[in-house]
Amino acid sequence: MYTQALNTSDADDRHVEDAARAAAFQARIDAEERIEPNDWMPAAYRKTLTRQISQHAHSEIVGMLPEGNWITRAPSLRRKAALLAKVQDECGHGLYLYAAAETLGASREELVDLMLSGKAKYSSIFNYPTLTWADIGVIGWLVDGAAIMNQIPLCRCSYGPYARAMIRVGKEESFHQRQGYEIMLTLARGSEEQKAMAQDALNRWWWPVLMMFGPPDQVSQHSDTSTKWKIKRFSNDELRQKFVDATVPQAQYLGLTIPDPGMKQNAEGHWEYSSIDWDEFKQVLAGNGPCNRDRLAARRKAHDEGAWVREAAQAYAEKRKHRQLAQAAE
Amino acid sequence: MAIASISVSETPLVLYTLRRADDALILGHRLSEWCGHAPMLEEDMALANMGLDLLGQARELYSYAAKVEGRGNDEDKFAYLRDVRQYRNLLLLEQPNGDFAQTMVRQFFYSAYADLYWRAMMKSSDATLAAIAAKSEKESAYHLRHTSEWMVRLGDGTEESHARAQAAIDHLWAFTGEMFEADASERGLIDAGISVDSASLRPQWLKTVADVVDEATLALPKNDWMQQGGRDGRHSEHLGHLLSELQSMQRTFPGAAW
Repeated sequence: MYTQALNTSDADDRHVEDAARAAAFQARIDAEERIEPNDWMPAAYRKTLTRQISQHAHSEIVGMLPEGNWITRAPSLRRKAALLAKVQDECGHGLYLYAAAETLGASREELVDLMLSGKAKYSSIFNYPTLTWADIGVIGWLVDGAAIMNQIPLCRCSYGPYARAMIRVGKEESFHQRQGYEIMLTLARGSEEQKAMAQDALNRWWWPVLMMFGPPDQVSQHSDTSTKWKIKRFSNDELRQKFVDATVPQAQYLGLTIPDPGMKQNAEGHWEYSSIDWDEFKQVLAGNGPCNRDRLAARRKAHDEGAWVREAAQAYAEKRKHRQLAQAAE
Repeated sequence: MAIASISVSETPLVLYTLRRADDALILGHRLSEWCGHAPMLEEDMALANMGLDLLGQARELYSYAAKVEGRGNDEDKFAYLRDVRQYRNLLLLEQPNGDFAQTMVRQFFYSAYADLYWRAMMKSSDATLAAIAAKSEKESAYHLRHTSEWMVRLGDGTEESHARAQAAIDHLWAFTGEMFEADASERGLIDAGISVDSASLRPQWLKTVADVVDEATLALPKNDWMQQGGRDGRHSEHLGHLLSELQSMQRTFPGAAW
């Protein structure tokens, strides 16, 4: 589903490597060339990307939980099949992104362990609960919509495997977003109860979704390095503004009210939103969101309870290999 | 406010189709419960995939049952507005997921049957059922392959996986007999070439199952007592809970469109 702008880069621990190689590397980036797994790259570039791609992968996997919460209760068979397929897509994105991270030399196991131990981050948005069916609509419409805003520029990211992953992921996300909006449209045209459900979901998700773009530019760390390396092409605030401008008319069309009474359109046509509660964001990142503990507990439970299955698969694969070797020796 | 269940005119063809639709929905629902919680991401994908296949089969079969019945019911009314006594699925398929071994054994027993069943149904004199069979057969062939591979991995994996797989076989075995039963209402359909006689599929099913179980170093139980009742709506206690979750939105918001 989505990458969050938690992606600070590692300028500080960057060693001075071969200056000529570094200059050649930067020249390739400046020329809009793609960096591929076997190419030389600065250690900090590798580290930054490993973290960003794996955080994105974790977000896809943890993101299966809030939506998965409604698969068994989806209100029609058509919605049930669409939601199951959507959550399956997120899983596929996770797998694909772990594979992209592995091209940088990290293994999926070690990356997953970092997430399960709480050391690696995933998008803060998934620490909010899905309380009603309308939340499934809002997640598709806004959470996937915000993800798309972030992912479009990442399709031109300097690291080839990540850029290509984003192209593929982005196509599916666009489909999810339309699906989410269609759920909202159905609710908005439904009974008073359904309209109220849609409005309530928008009220609860609006501010957390704006936080998905990360801290405001004046406090965002190290963006300059990520920008120089063409991992990041727009600032957090720029992307947030694009998202708000795109979303306001969609909400108007639905007949829903964005829960920001102070919001107004300026002379350039941009929608100016009120200040965001960054303390809430910090709390959620620190583990104090409404569902942080539940999400991690659910992932750990699946991991722990699945251990015997993974061990069995491995034991069988080894037995088979030995048998084949023994057969070949006969 | 709750909404009353629908009534269904269970003519033989409607009943027959509903029974197969219920099989697909209930098993698909069970598989969907795994989503996000499987032992590995690859298996999360595979379980969702099989669940989606089954949901697709259920929707086609319900739609056909609605058309044959011709009383204004549709796929969602059949799925969401029938109570536990009106559901006609096999007892095997409503059994809880349990651990991964139990889910796999349940899926294996059913897929080994469904693969034979749908292949035979491709020759049904009912063109719609034959078309649904042609699509479903391809899906169940994959389900059988996938679950057979897991049976062998689990049975011939570690001591723990072997014990869990054997326990799952022992637990679920008594629910397999129902797949091969046909009551009076199905007899006429068999005679008309609309349905196949499931009993005729049992020897081949037993051979497929026994071969895989043998390769997996597992054993089939000696006990041949078989549970019955799902086809007539006499279910285990598990189905009511599944339905209360599945149907909660339609029961809570009567008549709303989603």
